[in-house]
Amino acid sequence: MSEVLGLKEKLGRNVFKHIEHPHIVIKEGKANDPRLRAAVYVCPAGLYSVNEAGEVELTIDGCLECGTCRLACGPELLEWNYPVGGTGVQFRFG
Amino acid sequence: MEEKFDAIIVGGGLAGLAAAYTLADAGLEEVLLLERGDYSGAKNVTGGRLYLNPVREMFPDLWKKAPLERYIAHEQVAVMAADRSVTVDYSGSELAGEPYNSYSIMRAKFDRWFAKQAERKGVQMVVKSLVDDVVMEDGKVIGVMAGGEALYADVVIACDGVLSLTAEKAGLRGPGRPADYAVGYKEIIELPRETIEARFNLEGDEGLARLFMGEVTQGKFGGGFLYTNKESISLGIVVGIKDLMEGQVAAPDLLDNLKQRPEIARLIKDGNTAEYSGHAVPEGGIKAMGKLFGHGILVTGDAAGMSMNIGLTVRGMEYALASGYYAAQAVIQAREKGDFTAAGLSVYKKLLDDSFVMQDFNNFKDAPQALDHPRFFNRYPEMAGDIMRDLYEIPAGPKQRIYPTIKSYLSIGELWAMVGDMRRMMKI
Repeated sequence: MSEVLGLKEKLGRNVFKHIEHPHIVIKEGKANDPRLRAAVYVCPAGLYSVNEAGEVELTIDGCLECGTCRLACGPELLEWNYPVGGTGVQFRFG
Repeated sequence: MEEKFDAIIVGGGLAGLAAAYTLADAGLEEVLLLERGDYSGAKNVTGGRLYLNPVREMFPDLWKKAPLERYIAHEQVAVMAADRSVTVDYSGSELAGEPYNSYSIMRAKFDRWFAKQAERKGVQMVVKSLVDDVVMEDGKVIGVMAGGEALYADVVIACDGVLSLTAEKAGLRGPGRPADYAVGYKEIIELPRETIEARFNLEGDEGLARLFMGEVTQGKFGGGFLYTNKESISLGIVVGIKDLMEGQVAAPDLLDNLKQRPEIARLIKDGNTAEYSGHAVPEGGIKAMGKLFGHGILVTGDAAGMSMNIGLTVRGMEYALASGYYAAQAVIQAREKGDFTAAGLSVYKKLLDDSFVMQDFNNFKDAPQALDHPRFFNRYPEMAGDIMRDLYEIPAGPKQRIYPTIKSYLSIGELWAMVGDMRRMMKI
């Protein structure tokens, strides 16, 4: 079963504890910012996508908390925090 | 009067645990470590290997029982072109004798165990605790805010990893530039122990490390990696964030493409992906480092940018362990003088300067710029494939002479470019 799994399936293998409030939010008025497009390519969990209106959307479920989107897009575009202690991904192997 | 700790350590990764363990070992009783995960290691990721030599003596009692995976007895690099690859294998008794140079490792296991050892020394460990901010007074860090509560200490040690929001909030660093960071992500693929040993030709606890360069990142700065653990394989990609931002390919696809390469597919066949993890990695070297200390605060490990890619070795965990250890030594010295201002804590910088940590970062200060060169990731892997094909291929008709064939793709322009690339490499 080493074939390609698809991201959803892959992320489904992880232990996630429910995150009450999204810890990363696209700042108001920035969803159209062309600089935000980078997030679509850099996120290893593929959580950023472009919708029909050309805006970047973020689904927080499955976030690996790797920090890459903050490094790529900066705090100017993203309200970026870690999830509350004891929530979010809990790696068993790491 | 509020309770005041001797030290508050933000983050229970390798740097934080090393600092806490060393402080408690030296007899400090009020050492508080705050970890945001359910346990130490819950938020931590490595590609897969720890080099022990630089840090062995700092924690002499630690290694015997540590949950390390396999000692690396086979070092390989696979240069990948579009539909062929050339693999170099370095192995032999030099790598197979104790003390071993490096081990494959999984952080959720190792860190969790290390945290137990630190607790045994007397460290007060609080998990599920996210530090939201630093508490400042007259420009000096005097504590942290965690879960709406202010906690005070003589010194705060920021060990909160690659983004270090703690150091950023204390004004010691900025948010970082994409060019100075990479992202690593991997799958843990479970396989029976015997299968791993048979597929990789390993005996007992022997392990293998294989790096992949070339087509695996589609010419972008970075590469792939494979480490054998006891009962799993860590297979992943590390790629420069700046290059990824240019588009063309999304990060997850690079790993899926690697998994589908016939060279790899057979190695992971019937394996079960047990976890998919990722983490940003500092790779900017000394030029990208933030401040290492301020009034009432020290910065260690990834938080300070202490990770280094010099091509075939990519290291960070030894620097995290060592900087945590030296941060603890600095705190002990500052305590003797009763001076936790930047002046009192500056001994940390001196300790690092005198150690392998800053000596490595100084020696390899030009490596990040030298390696950031597309030809290393597309031109040479293709050329290696071409040369191999010309050496090995027997066509249906007569075989061309080898020297003129190889010479044909080494034009004057190409040779000039190679001289230039050589000069780059000489900076490493």
